[in-house]
Amino acid sequence: MIFTIAARELRSMFLSPLAWSIMAVVEFILAYLYLAQIDTFMQIQPRLVGLEGAPGVTGLIVAPLFGSAAVVLLLVVPLVTMRLISEERRAQTISLLFSAPVSMSEIIVGKYLGIMAFLLLVLVMIAVMPLALLLGGSIDMGMFLSGLLGLTLLLASFAAVGLFMSTLTVQPAIAAVGSFGMLLMLWVLDWAGNTGAGAMDEKISGMLAYLSLLRHYEPLLKGVFDSADVIYYLLFIVFFLGLSVRRLDADRLQH
Amino acid sequence: MAMERLCFMYNGSMSNDVLVRVEHLFRYYGDICALHDVTFDIGKGEVLGLLGSNGAGKSTTMQILSGNLAPSAGRVWINGVDILDQPKLAKAALGYLPDQPPLYRELTVDEYLNYCARLNRIPRDRRSAAVDKAKQRCGLTEVGARLIGNLSKGYQQRVGIAQAIVHTPALVILDEPTVGLDPIQVREIRALIRELSGEHSVILSTHILPEVQATCDRVQIINKGRLLLNDSIDGLLARMQSSSMLVALRNPPPVLELESLPGVRSVVSLPDGRMQLHYLPDASPAQVLVERSVQRGWGLYELTPERMSLEQIFVDITRTEQHAVIAEEAA
Repeated sequence: MIFTIAARELRSMFLSPLAWSIMAVVEFILAYLYLAQIDTFMQIQPRLVGLEGAPGVTGLIVAPLFGSAAVVLLLVVPLVTMRLISEERRAQTISLLFSAPVSMSEIIVGKYLGIMAFLLLVLVMIAVMPLALLLGGSIDMGMFLSGLLGLTLLLASFAAVGLFMSTLTVQPAIAAVGSFGMLLMLWVLDWAGNTGAGAMDEKISGMLAYLSLLRHYEPLLKGVFDSADVIYYLLFIVFFLGLSVRRLDADRLQH
Repeated sequence: MAMERLCFMYNGSMSNDVLVRVEHLFRYYGDICALHDVTFDIGKGEVLGLLGSNGAGKSTTMQILSGNLAPSAGRVWINGVDILDQPKLAKAALGYLPDQPPLYRELTVDEYLNYCARLNRIPRDRRSAAVDKAKQRCGLTEVGARLIGNLSKGYQQRVGIAQAIVHTPALVILDEPTVGLDPIQVREIRALIRELSGEHSVILSTHILPEVQATCDRVQIINKGRLLLNDSIDGLLARMQSSSMLVALRNPPPVLELESLPGVRSVVSLPDGRMQLHYLPDASPAQVLVERSVQRGWGLYELTPERMSLEQIFVDITRTEQHAVIAEEAA
């Protein structure tokens, strides 16, 4: 049942030009950044040769690429997730799901998997770029995979927030603005306490920093795999999916 | 636990012919009371018409029956299953067409109906047969490959109905199924509803009175959230038997003579020369009138029993109920 809903979601996404244009734009921008990164690497490569413990090609090309991909997708994912529930509400197709023998959690998880399937396609397209380096050299596979895992988890979190925001409203545009604002807030949360000096301030800023999406992404980009980071993302996703189920359930109660 | 036990006992006592049981349904939107203590049953294979003016509570009732809306108070059983306690089980037995058909415009009719069949858990091997049957019943066979968004309003409405019956549910809920269709399509949809009535129970809402006469076994009139009338079509027709007839005579006798006929209460002369005879219920003076006319040469050339239209009954019922409510509140 979940997969039926997911498949419909994915199919409908590709039936509208939105998915195609998003893929094209994301790919274009990231390809440009990737080429710029390679150019920089070519320029500084001679100087790196002499250095002890200098960063390799993975650290200089792949990690920055995944870093920029995260920012670009932060802007793009809300546009993909905005219609998930709100559009169904607006077109009143949601009653098809409500009167079918499916539970609210099946609807939410189905929608979520549909959108994740799309985002994984985007991810594959991004991952192919650094893999192309294998044609002419070698990359640090461990670091590459850990960065890819980080980006996947990050995208999955973005999608969970976007889905939740979409359950809150009837207007897709509001869902997009809302999830973009929320994601950006969660992204920059760790900047907040950096100026504080007191012990209390430090505690708060530490906590805020811990909640930040970025703070858990950076180690993975550097190739540091900490299960705490992975669990943070998983909890984050489950939390927002849970909220979405509750919100959808509440649809029947109040108007 | 005690509640569950109670439900179980209730199910046990539920008659086999009752498919849907609605009990003491209330629904508030904020301060507005959309449904007030609505209770009724729907039998197996029965077509029930919900009749009411705009905003009377028809759609609210149907949304609650289909599980799209939770009631503020009251319970709904479908096939003996409480729709709030076991929504999945209860929803498997119903198909619902909201007032706006829930269509994905970007899909073709086939894709859409296939999706609906999957959502309703029709096993893979029976899915395409089920879709074909629904398409054939709703006259969609030729448009299977077309995009729903490109279909006319009437066809979209048919796709909406096909969606509601694709899994042959025991209960089909249709919210204003013939709105916006041309007269031929309206007749086809009515015929389809009659056809469904054999194996499915159907509940349909409308504010078009002849539609109820044409399709339903039973009628309920809702006004301002209250159930005012729950009667069979025959009962309703009996109510429509009015107590007056139109008479046209070539050589009319004095009015007094007509008034003296047994059972006649009053005679009203109409401007076109015809006369309206009001008589006591169950005491039609028709036979006597014809005999007298022949005996005395009145020259009777028209005798038309008058029937109250459904409209009049509807207005009567809603109006008297309003008076009753006002009187109640005043007291």
